[in-house]
Amino acid sequence: MRKKNKEVQKIWSSPDFHGPVLKVEDLRLSFRVPVGAICAVDGISFELASGRSLAVLGESGSGKTSLGRAILRLLPRNVLTYTGKVFLEGVDIMKLSDGRFRQQVRWVKISMVTQAAMNSLNPVLKVGQQVAEPLLIHEQMEKDEAYERAREVFRTVGVPLDFLNRYAFELSGGMRQRVIIAMALITKPALIILDEPTSALDVLTQANIMNALKRIKQELNANFMLITHDIATSSELADEVACMYAGQLVEHGSAARFYHEPLHPYSQKLMASVPALHTEKRPDFIPGQPPSLLNPPKGCRFADRCHKRFDRCHEEPPLFNCSGELVKCWLYENG
Amino acid sequence: MPGELLLSAKDLKTWFELKRWGFLSAGFVRAVDGISFDLKPSESITIVGESGSGKTSLLRTILGLAQITGGEITFDGKIFDAREVKDLAWMRAHVGFVQQDPYGALPPFMDIRKILSEPLLINKVPKEEHEKRIRDAMEEVRLIPVDDFLPKYPHMLSGGQQQRLVIARAIILRPKLIVADEPVSMLDASVRVEILELLSNIQKSHNMSIIYITHDLSSVRYFSERVFIMYAGKIVEKANTRELVQNPLHPYAQVLLNAIPDPDHENAKKFKEVPPGEPPSLVNPPSGCRFHPRCPHAIEGLCNTQEPPEFEPAPHHSVECWLYK
Ligand SMILES: Nc1ncnc2c1ncn2[C@@H]1O[C@H](COP(=O)(O)OP(=O)(O)OP(=O)(O)O)[C@@H](O)[C@H]1O
Ligand SMILES: Nc1ncnc2c1ncn2[C@@H]1O[C@H](COP(=O)(O)OP(=O)(O)OP(=O)(O)O)[C@@H](O)[C@H]1O
Ligand SMILES: [Mg+2]
Ligand SMILES: [Mg+2]
Repeated sequence: MRKKNKEVQKIWSSPDFHGPVLKVEDLRLSFRVPVGAICAVDGISFELASGRSLAVLGESGSGKTSLGRAILRLLPRNVLTYTGKVFLEGVDIMKLSDGRFRQQVRWVKISMVTQAAMNSLNPVLKVGQQVAEPLLIHEQMEKDEAYERAREVFRTVGVPLDFLNRYAFELSGGMRQRVIIAMALITKPALIILDEPTSALDVLTQANIMNALKRIKQELNANFMLITHDIATSSELADEVACMYAGQLVEHGSAARFYHEPLHPYSQKLMASVPALHTEKRPDFIPGQPPSLLNPPKGCRFADRCHKRFDRCHEEPPLFNCSGELVKCWLYENG
Repeated sequence: MPGELLLSAKDLKTWFELKRWGFLSAGFVRAVDGISFDLKPSESITIVGESGSGKTSLLRTILGLAQITGGEITFDGKIFDAREVKDLAWMRAHVGFVQQDPYGALPPFMDIRKILSEPLLINKVPKEEHEKRIRDAMEEVRLIPVDDFLPKYPHMLSGGQQQRLVIARAIILRPKLIVADEPVSMLDASVRVEILELLSNIQKSHNMSIIYITHDLSSVRYFSERVFIMYAGKIVEKANTRELVQNPLHPYAQVLLNAIPDPDHENAKKFKEVPPGEPPSLVNPPSGCRFHPRCPHAIEGLCNTQEPPEFEPAPHHSVECWLYK
């Protein structure tokens, strides 16, 4: 029992690691379908510094969930290719065997709140037991200790302690979502991936949960990767924003800049489509549709719908560095 | 005077009975609990409310799809009685319905031509008119080129195109009223605006009325003149859209407006003021004002005991709240 815990220590040997929490290099994930292959994550690279939270934005089908799943190696059966490097606190976790990954990474070092997870709680287990489970299974912790930790995280996410003994069906949607977040926090992971954590909830419940996440971020210095298409809500948590289009990263930069001055023409259009309640701005829409991931176009994937397209766009642009902000568009070739 | 109002609802109630062991009554879900409003021809209104506040139930009652428990609906000058088959047919012919879930709304084994012919057949539109009606409706929702789309099946369409097809079906009989239940909540932000503008343009060019239901307040102001705020089976505030956004009166409307973020990095630096608690049960709603347990301004001895009536502190702006008595 104890031995396994030591192994965890060994993989991440230096406790005061100073590099980025997460570093992804040329990550690719494609699925086999009857008519060919769908490349949902198409050569994505980025870094996330310690103590920062990243929002991953993009239209439905752009590959946001697939990116989260690729990082956590939660793969469906029909995977065709799965390559690249994922460094977690300096260790390339893509190299680990499935067994080691399951024991030492998933839920221990990285946890994920999956899309619509609140409907996936076990109906016959008390929620307290479900929240404590990762500790009992992955860290072989004593029961009392695990339950003490469960009480601690319930307090953190704002669920009354007597709910530990309730069943999922006895909780409202908002409370269930908090329980799921508690479960993701309990092992004190280095990275917490949240996939659309509030999209199914009411405005007020949503605001309550965002408050709880903000508090967790401040108090525990947690690193969140928030996957969502709700751009306004993402601004509640993000220090950085990554914007995806058709399986690729088209922009990655600071939130302070992104929300008021997006660089990529797609990000600009996406931001313009967000209705703002408190200003007079009229939202605009993006004409056309994103390309099929079965046979994506050769050059820039957004070119067909782009209002700033020019000759160069027949070729695929790299991610240009524009004073620290990364953008995959020929307009920024010279910074 | 008949003809002045297209639709008028008086003290509508729709309660669903809960059964225990299949026959014992275990109380009622008061999904719609005393709602009154008027709608003029070619007027558009939006009903905003949280999940479970009774929005869909209200629409279903108006359409005769849910059994009415109390109150009265007048449509186009006549009292509507959903128990009468001929009243139902008349309502269906004059009201177009855009359902909450576009994916479940379309029959998977029919192509677009079939889907759009169906309402024409049911309502005995002369055969020779069908082709033109179908093409017009498709052009109106911009499913073009029409000939490319006609033989397609729903699964071959994107979410936005499916929703346009649902709208085409809703307008093909040229109804006087369209009711649209969260027509865009399943779609991406970038497509939402397009669909809302489309609906709005169709409404204006045909002088139709529209009742638009949503839980997304931020999309309202580009779309309709009047907004109703719904909470726990009741409409707690009615106002012109701009007025409501600038000067919400009901404490619930105030916190709702406050809770909705605009995309801005400043949001990350501060906490939201949100009332505690969750929307109430509709089986045992709180006594008095239904919002009082969460209300920062609740008056002890009044708000928790007596239901507030509708006050009108400003012209065309009414609110069910004791603060405005
Ligand atoms: N197991 C699978 N097999 C085949 N294709 C898949 C599979 N999973 C996802 N896809 C496809 O990969 C693409 C990206 O899907 P993904 O779920 O990552 O998108 P997303 O950005 O999370 O979208 P949403 O906002 O709708 O959740 C989509 O085209 C999707 O249909
Ligand atoms: N046929 C029914 N039998 C019993 N209860 C029902 C029935 N239909 C609706 N309800 C209940 O009535 C209440 C109001 O539901 P309704 O669907 O009208 O809400 P809504 O405002 O449309 O919510 P949403 O935004 O989630 O669509 C809910 O508590 C719901 O569970
Ligand atoms: Mg997703
Ligand atoms: Mg509804």
